[in-house]
Amino acid sequence: MSNYIVSSNLAISDSGFLFYPATGESFTLNQIGIFILNKLREGKDENAVIQSLVDEYDVDKNTAERDFTDFIYQLKQNNLVQES
Amino acid sequence: MDKKRYERPVIIKQYSGLMNKFGSSPVTKPMTEIDGIPIRRMVDEYGSPLFVFSEKKIRENYRKMYRLFKTRYPKVQFSWSYKTNYMNAVCSVFHQEGALAEVVSGYEYDRARRLGVEGRNIIFNGPDKNTASLERAIKESAKIHIDHFDELFEIIELTEKMNADVDVAIRVNMDTGIYPKWDRFGFNYENGEAMDAIKRIIKNPRLHLTGLHTHIGTYIMSADPYRVAASKLVNLANEIYKQYNIVLDYIDMGGGIPSNNTLKGQYLQAEQILPSLEDFADAITSPMFDLEMPHDELPTLYLENGRSLIDDAGYLISSVIANKRLSDGKRAVIIDAGVNYLFTSHWFNHKIVPGQQSGEFTENSAVYGPLCMNIDCLRENIVIPSFKKGDLVVILYVGAYSVTQWMQFITLRPNVIMVMEDGETELIRENENIEYINSLEKVPEILKNFSL
Ligand SMILES: Cc1ncc(COP(=O)(O)O)c(C=O)c1O
Repeated sequence: MSNYIVSSNLAISDSGFLFYPATGESFTLNQIGIFILNKLREGKDENAVIQSLVDEYDVDKNTAERDFTDFIYQLKQNNLVQES
Repeated sequence: MDKKRYERPVIIKQYSGLMNKFGSSPVTKPMTEIDGIPIRRMVDEYGSPLFVFSEKKIRENYRKMYRLFKTRYPKVQFSWSYKTNYMNAVCSVFHQEGALAEVVSGYEYDRARRLGVEGRNIIFNGPDKNTASLERAIKESAKIHIDHFDELFEIIELTEKMNADVDVAIRVNMDTGIYPKWDRFGFNYENGEAMDAIKRIIKNPRLHLTGLHTHIGTYIMSADPYRVAASKLVNLANEIYKQYNIVLDYIDMGGGIPSNNTLKGQYLQAEQILPSLEDFADAITSPMFDLEMPHDELPTLYLENGRSLIDDAGYLISSVIANKRLSDGKRAVIIDAGVNYLFTSHWFNHKIVPGQQSGEFTENSAVYGPLCMNIDCLRENIVIPSFKKGDLVVILYVGAYSVTQWMQFITLRPNVIMVMEDGETELIRENENIEYINSLEKVPEILKNFSL
């Protein structure tokens, strides 16, 4: 199961504003986006993140897994995470 | 414990310093019902995709437009442009409201007749009225609007052969200051062709000139060209009155008033830049007061508006098949209705809204149809919330030139329903099945056997 390393020094506000000092870029995330990113920062692996989505949100496992994959893809594209 | 509402996770990069040329992303309000009927219920009952027409909206549009003209000029008659949408139920609503039928082919003529519209209530326009349909139109006293000299001569021959009289009008084209000029239909005003045709008609004892017609184009984005066009037809009518003492029954100003659809490449939304219906009504009616015949004999003002009366009464409900990321990271949504049902998406950026409550987070996306073809793109860029597979979207303003121009390609055409004023839904065109399509085909005997 994949583990992801989140780039260091990310600043995320509760409202979903993300600043990446290394590149000076900023992003906005929705609540689920923040939730996932924070779980990854805590060092949770893919399975654990998906499980916590299913536990806390009104979503089934398949959907959560599919959306997680898509979200990771976007994070990678923006160099915010890498696979460990 | 109640779980929290879920939506797809999204992250969007901000480009500081660069103004987003579309302004802040507009909040797209979801549309969960049409005239009070939940769209999910309609899809459960009739399938997806699904065309929906609102009887209430059609009638409202008609009455509003009619009132605008009738309060500006005393004698007004609308005529429903069949090509815009000739679904029988839709035409019937317009006929119940009092519209004549405006047709441009033998086939459309036949549709109107089968619906029960009498010949004298049919305006027969268009460059291709074949001999058989001209004969029929003459016999049934339809209003024939002559498009070119070959047609004029054919009508003269036919009336001699049939020993019949016929009421005719001519279609006139002219320079109204808009580009492109629609000079391929009718007789030209500026070069005298129109007056020449008029003289030939008046000279002929079997032909009775009863009207003048123009249709200056479609989706006309300013009112002024109508003022120019109306003035020119009024000049011709005055000329006919002075020279021949003939008072025309009507002046037909055609259609062309735009709907709320936004053209591709148009920077602002249609609602923000188009003149109001009042402006169009003013432009069309004010030159009519320069008519020189006695007031109790004024010609009736005919109008043939199509898209402005039906576009926003038509909806296409479609289901999300899949979400994708394109190679550049842009989101793409694939839905089960494609350009085969919406020919109009070639020139309009159709408005697409979510069909259920959705998260507030929106993202620029492409919206593709299900066809296995690169051209099948409904929107290259639209800011919309995220969707799950099976979510619904509603495509707005698709009442005009959709269900007349749609193609049966790769898939079959879906159900079309009407939401009635009393709140019921009625099937007005059944979805096609393979038996129906195949029943038109024949395989030569020699090709019938193969073994693979
Ligand atoms: C002769 C004629 N009348 C009326 C219409 C209806 O036009 P619109 O839908 O632009 O109002 C058309 C369509 O092009 C037309 O050709």
